Amino acid sequence: MNATSAEQASAPVTEDALRTVLLAGERPSRPGPVLTSLTFGWRALLKIKHVPEQLVDVTMFPIMFTLMFTYLFGGALAGSTQEYLQFLLPGILVQANVMITMNTGITLNTDIQKGVFDRFRSLPVWRPSPLVGALLGDLVRYSIGSTIVITLGLVLGFRQEGGAVGVVLSVVLLLVFSFCLSWLWTMLSLILRTPNSVAGVSMTVMFPLTFVSNIFVDPKTMPGWLQAVIEVNPITHLATVVRGLMHGSVPAGEIGWVLVSSVLLVAVFGPITMVLYRNKK
Amino acid sequence: MGELAIETRGLKKSFGKTHAVAGVDLAVSAGGVYGVLGPNGAGKTTAIRMLATLLRPDAGEAQVLGYDVVRDARAVRSRVGLTGQFASVDEDLTGVENLLLLARLRGYSRRRGRERAADLLDAFGLAEAADRQVKKYSGGMRRRIDIAASLVVTPELIFLDEPTTGLDPRNRNQVWEIVRGMVAEGATVLLTTQYLDEADQLADRIAVIDHGKVIAEGSSGELKASVGAGSLHVRLRAPEQRAEAERVLAGVLEVPAEPSADPAALSARISDPERVARSLAELSRSGIDVTEFALGQPSLDEVFLALTGHDAEETPEEDAA
Repeated sequence: MNATSAEQASAPVTEDALRTVLLAGERPSRPGPVLTSLTFGWRALLKIKHVPEQLVDVTMFPIMFTLMFTYLFGGALAGSTQEYLQFLLPGILVQANVMITMNTGITLNTDIQKGVFDRFRSLPVWRPSPLVGALLGDLVRYSIGSTIVITLGLVLGFRQEGGAVGVVLSVVLLLVFSFCLSWLWTMLSLILRTPNSVAGVSMTVMFPLTFVSNIFVDPKTMPGWLQAVIEVNPITHLATVVRGLMHGSVPAGEIGWVLVSSVLLVAVFGPITMVLYRNKK
Repeated sequence: MGELAIETRGLKKSFGKTHAVAGVDLAVSAGGVYGVLGPNGAGKTTAIRMLATLLRPDAGEAQVLGYDVVRDARAVRSRVGLTGQFASVDEDLTGVENLLLLARLRGYSRRRGRERAADLLDAFGLAEAADRQVKKYSGGMRRRIDIAASLVVTPELIFLDEPTTGLDPRNRNQVWEIVRGMVAEGATVLLTTQYLDEADQLADRIAVIDHGKVIAEGSSGELKASVGAGSLHVRLRAPEQRAEAERVLAGVLEVPAEPSADPAALSARISDPERVARSLAELSRSGIDVTEFALGQPSLDEVFLALTGHDAEETPEEDAA
């Protein structure tokens, strides 16, 4: 093992010290759900601090996608890369956030494999708090991803007619939706056995979910049946809203749709996740 | 001692067709170490996970410290500590972060949590490694932080699932010292192990479990006594005389003597200790020099073999955990 042998040798467990800690045990009162959820959120931040390379999906991927789509397809799809960027950037912001949510499931599944999940389940805390805490930690990741995409967009020449308020509102809405969508991944991570299979299944859901939408192109040229599918995809509505907010209009009806689908996602996948969590083998 | 820390009746759990725990009745007194001994896949981990409220029993009842593990799960959780192959710590975090995290989750203030974490790290000889990620710990340090993590709020009952599996003898002794220390302070420890000498060394009472059932229960002495009076072990000066010694011993003891792995040694299970002296005299009379002899109680290995018909190390099925 990596530890130095000197350290091991100088590490006798002293009986007196052991007695002291066992007897000094106080019994603090049980903390509430908010505090325990925030504490689990703190753990997620500590993990980012210790394993910064896990931020690759919130930094490199959004940059890569924005650059690739703008310069590969921009000219062909919209006549010029500048024109396409105006259309694409809000969409890519949605895609980046939705992609980042997948990480939630993979992280949770890794916790299950490693056994630390059992430790949390054995604690007398509000039961959803490890999951809620992880999702709160993920909000930081979404914020980083959004900041990177928006900054890159501005550098490339994106003009947000909606001003700062439109941008901030868009990001807030994205955080809400991403938090709610994550319950789908927490559910999957409790059903599937390995982090790899969680990643695989998530990708299979994620690609159609983001590509069969209006993120990359206007669906007008597509066959009717496909347009119908796109119309019911909540990602389409989310992209429409973000696009609207960034370009200076407030699509109130569409915002309503996004909020309703967010609530539905939690209402369906939240309870299923908790039942699976409680009965996990 | 009259009070029961754990009581189960007909506890069952199956995974598909595997009956991991097939009707377990346990009565564990408060205070001391209770050993659950069995090979891999015997159902030890499944049983402990049910007692620790991580797994819901299919049938039967279990009370831990007087609370039902299903109905009063939260009361159980706030009174027990858990360490094992399962309940672990976060490898990405440092030792002190792990303990502080658990302290905060149990209601310590930030300041008191830090003090508690520091005290625990000191007591477990991990103060110097406090700010290192747990994944960089050695096996022994890792096991100590696992145990420390379950003592953040001093539990009345501690579950230790195979706490020394994979440790070298030095680190194993340290874990044993910790267990003895906890018991000296009045804790009850339920320990599972597949090592017979560990149960022998630590446990006041032992349940031998195989194929999801308790097949014997008692103190180590009682279990040994139930198998017979013990064995005579003899070591000869000249290995080539072993065959002859076998004949002589078998003649006097009226039981077969068996060659040991050591080419100069042999042993025989004895029913009547009186014959031992005679058998040794007979060896000497036959001109066979004995360099060592010992009269031992049967080892738990022998107990296990006698009870189950197979060795303790054997793995009869896949690990049901």
